[in-house]
Amino acid sequence: MPEPQYEDGQTMAPTGAGGAVDLATSEGERLERPPSAASGGQAPAGPEGSPTGKPRSLWSDAWRDLRRNPVFLISGVVILFLVLVSLWPSALTSGNPLDCDLAKAQQGSQPGHPFGFDGQGCDVYTRTVYGARTSVTVGVLATLGVAVLGSVLGGLAGFFGGGWDAVLSRITDMFFAIPVVLGGLVLLSVVTSSTVWPVIGFMVLLGWPQISRIARGSVITAKQNDYVQAARALGASNSRMLLRHITPNAIAPVIVVATIALGTYIALEATLSYLGVGLKPPTVSWGIDISAASQYIRNAPHMLLWPAGALAITVLAFIMLGDAVRDALDPKLR
Amino acid sequence: MGRYVIRRLLQMIPVFFGATLLIFLMVNVMGDPIAGLCGDRECDPATAAQLRREFGLDKPVGQQYLTYMGNVFTGDFGTAFNGQKVTELMATAFPVTIRLTIVAILFEIVIGITLGVLTGLRRGRPVDTGVLVLTLVVISVPTFVTGLLLQLLLGVEWGWIKPAVSPEATFGELVVPGLVLASVSLAYVTRLTRTSIAENRRADYVRTAIAKGLPRRRVISRHLLRNSLIPVVTFIGTDIGALMGGAIVTERIFNIHGVGYQLYQGIVRQNTQTVVGFVTVLVLVFLAANLIVDLLYAVLDPRIRYA
Repeated sequence: MPEPQYEDGQTMAPTGAGGAVDLATSEGERLERPPSAASGGQAPAGPEGSPTGKPRSLWSDAWRDLRRNPVFLISGVVILFLVLVSLWPSALTSGNPLDCDLAKAQQGSQPGHPFGFDGQGCDVYTRTVYGARTSVTVGVLATLGVAVLGSVLGGLAGFFGGGWDAVLSRITDMFFAIPVVLGGLVLLSVVTSSTVWPVIGFMVLLGWPQISRIARGSVITAKQNDYVQAARALGASNSRMLLRHITPNAIAPVIVVATIALGTYIALEATLSYLGVGLKPPTVSWGIDISAASQYIRNAPHMLLWPAGALAITVLAFIMLGDAVRDALDPKLR
Repeated sequence: MGRYVIRRLLQMIPVFFGATLLIFLMVNVMGDPIAGLCGDRECDPATAAQLRREFGLDKPVGQQYLTYMGNVFTGDFGTAFNGQKVTELMATAFPVTIRLTIVAILFEIVIGITLGVLTGLRRGRPVDTGVLVLTLVVISVPTFVTGLLLQLLLGVEWGWIKPAVSPEATFGELVVPGLVLASVSLAYVTRLTRTSIAENRRADYVRTAIAKGLPRRRVISRHLLRNSLIPVVTFIGTDIGALMGGAIVTERIFNIHGVGYQLYQGIVRQNTQTVVGFVTVLVLVFLAANLIVDLLYAVLDPRIRYA
């Protein structure tokens, strides 16, 4: 392990010197330390907490906290609304996002068209509603891919240690050394497909090291807990220890970072589209609309403000959700 | 300490080669570099074959990579297809981006840490809530939207700044672009410092320092701040590389002719030598920044020793 050591031999990576890192990072960048929810394994599980005498788990504790947290409720409602809109956009608008009339290009708000028209004369409101589906799809699928790949690779590296760990840590470093936007420009500049898959694939390819580092650190912390040692002494197999003891106690930081990362992936899609390598028409996405509108920003800022506003609210909702979950899972802040 | 540095330097070697190989392969996937040379027309096959030989593109990728790296270590980053030396491009581009990055880092340190300390000491008060909401807004609006809006408002509507930066790119012109580049990281630094300060404020050593009658200013600057800065230093250090690579968007908005601009042009024109050369330097900067951060740990926290 390359990390500097504390005198008691603890490595710094899994525990973090200063505790929680507040958020994941900009544009899918680096968060080296897990939030201190990594210490979730030592959550208070004493019988004194609950009247029935049944020990409360970290998760039921967290859920009790979350239900009372206004930030969680608001962001949850926003996200639920977004998911519903992306499943049934026609419930909010009767228009067709690809039905455009050049004669109306750049016109402002009109009855029946509250957000006005964009540079091609398409209804901005309809396009903003339909854009939700693409952004949510990109965010959710990229996050799922990153979370699964990252936690499996990082978790196994943390659990088994040794050579595999050393190799994986160096590979993670290699990916970190490449700036994300730059990698996107290089890799996606050849793509001609207008589907969302190349963009999602790129995000998974460059995003997994972020989760992998966190999962690795988190598993190393969980592995040192007494109950894991006890399970090992009782002769539990590796797979049983991983599935029954380690995963439930190490997954919290991964969930938190993945939630926050979901928002940043949605923003990254927009940035890539602005640079001309993201999604391509006829796909309808906020990123495409924002970048198209940026040419007309001086004359018709409304074209930019509506999709950008929708994007910002979405990203904000996921960041706040991740924040709320992190606070609930972090026993230190209680 | 010396042994630690040597071990870290040795570990950087595979990472450096891995990352540059990765980008080399990516650029190769990017498409036929010769096609970009003939403009929009199809290349004449004989000319294409000759150009390929001239640039060594008829060899296998592995061999091309080895040749390239061999040249890099003698200071030869190759020639862009327009005949300009890549090192010449770097000599004009890097100073601009380094100035931009310095402005951005200064914003992060001065504004970010100040706001973080202020809010961390006043957790739950209106100042704290206000700044927190502001950081969330900054984080959730993509950088290019922030940049375009600031350019529109400050540059076009109110005329406080010039909307585009001149080729000289002096520090004065780079203030607003630097702020845009720093914006998201600035918000993270604020939040990170705030959490760290709020957590350490309850630490025993702070109580001891107050109890022995140290002035508040000294308790904060010598005891609280120094102990709280470790995660912040990590973040800012790793951010240096990210800022230089991420300047593509900011440089595009404000028409700054720095590294991001050259990289963007290189990618659009399929100028592989430029892209690989600039990325190689960026990777080196990133690795060096990370090493310096790890060494700074020991300065900030003497409990950390390097085995």
